[in-house]
Amino acid sequence: MNEFTKPIPVPDADSAPFWDGTRAHKLLIQRCTNCGTLRFPARKSCGHCHSDASDWTEVSGKGRVYSWIVVNHPVPREVYGQEVPYVVALIDLDEGVRMVSNIIGCDVHAVTAEMPVEVVFEAGQGGMVLPKFKPQA
Amino acid sequence: MFTLKDKYAIAGVGETAYTKNSGTPVLNLAVEACLKAAEDAGVDVKDIDGLISYNFGDSVPAIAVATALGIPHAGYAVDFAGGGNAANLITLSAAAAIESGLAKNVLCFRAMNGRSGFRLGGGREMQARGITQYTAPFGWITYPQAMAMWARRHMIKYGTNAEQLGHIAVTFRDNASLNERAMQRTPITMDDYMASRFIVEPFRMLDICLESDGACAVLVTGADRAKDMKHKPVYIMGGAYGGGPDQGEDLFDAIRWPDHSRNYAAYIADDLWKSAGVGPQDVDVAEIYDCFTYSIIMQLEGFGFVKEGEGGPFCASGAIARDGSLPLNTHGGLLSEAYIHGFNHVLEAVRQLRGDCGPRQIEGAEIALTTAGAMTCGSAMVLRN
Ligand SMILES: [Zn+2]
Repeated sequence: MNEFTKPIPVPDADSAPFWDGTRAHKLLIQRCTNCGTLRFPARKSCGHCHSDASDWTEVSGKGRVYSWIVVNHPVPREVYGQEVPYVVALIDLDEGVRMVSNIIGCDVHAVTAEMPVEVVFEAGQGGMVLPKFKPQA
Repeated sequence: MFTLKDKYAIAGVGETAYTKNSGTPVLNLAVEACLKAAEDAGVDVKDIDGLISYNFGDSVPAIAVATALGIPHAGYAVDFAGGGNAANLITLSAAAAIESGLAKNVLCFRAMNGRSGFRLGGGREMQARGITQYTAPFGWITYPQAMAMWARRHMIKYGTNAEQLGHIAVTFRDNASLNERAMQRTPITMDDYMASRFIVEPFRMLDICLESDGACAVLVTGADRAKDMKHKPVYIMGGAYGGGPDQGEDLFDAIRWPDHSRNYAAYIADDLWKSAGVGPQDVDVAEIYDCFTYSIIMQLEGFGFVKEGEGGPFCASGAIARDGSLPLNTHGGLLSEAYIHGFNHVLEAVRQLRGDCGPRQIEGAEIALTTAGAMTCGSAMVLRN
């Protein structure tokens, strides 16, 4: 392997609707239709009631920054050397699930705890679309 | 809960040199450390009948080491799927294996070319499958990144700051300056710490442990057998392994962990102290898993040495120095001695309880804590002489 690219998400039987959603610029989260619990990452059965019954619901894409880092020294350097510094954050969506993503659209040192953010969709490698977050307008 | 108090002991310890490039396969490192541990105990290698290791990243299987040692009947050769979290788990499991009759003399080891071989966080997978499809595409790939995320949450919640982390790095390096095995022995100041470059904010270079080649081993046996061996036994008083809810799919995955300012320690502390029959106030010296400076703070809080949120000020107070109320990581820790996935902490605890630590010896050390793990799961053990 001589060429490096950013890691490309590989959808599986559970996650395919999520990535189909991002390609349609929708943030879809799996929901247990037995007890109503949202679950992320996607799974066959509900960790709360163990039902297999589920559907997908579009969430607001709004949330808050739970924690964040600023990456200065990237690994692998071949891939992320042009990106630094960049922000990775844990984002608590208003609907109650936590995601990992990047905060874009502001200075890396402007990110603050509980900062309100909203989803934006960004074309990624391999035809995938990544949900990223920017400060709420 | 672990219920084998004082029934089993560590009778021997051994390790290789700690280097950046061992120049030899991991199997050879494991064999060298195991032979030294058996010799230290005075046990004939032919009488070893159990080997246990853990295998995240670079490793070598227990069965391969049993073969290389020429052990005639390795009745119990087991590899745990785990990283630093498993360092005490394997030692506790040795006691459990002996108790069950599966073995009598068990070598526990960790061997890795962690610098010259497989480097953790050096992944270059182009395809993000499983849990990594939700993390790696965003450039969230390495352990320093993951733990920096936890540290930030603690800073948000409690005001933990860089100077407090710096005190941890400076203290452990000072300890390492008295340890001939340590890879980094040059003392550092707070100014050196603050001037070290950011790797992933809030972590600087000096918040992050070394990458190392090397191996460590201990020999676990029954307390009665240990009494007849070369050294005074170091008894296993108690221990615990585990974590809390929503640990994720692997050691890195903590997306759903409820509170990133408290880690596994808070969930296993009760079992640990109950099994040992002592509490944090009884510990004379502690070797606490320090893959990063910050991991010390969550464990001090979780194991009840201080209240949640007070770990930073405690470390800055001088309490963790050799002359403080709780001497920590007397060998220099993973930050300054070497990163043998936490197993070198066990060897240092044994040597402190034997009184073998020379200029860094904590006078009168009778009870030691060793811990392993930084995030959602981990293990800990209380030892006494
Ligand atoms: Zn359910």
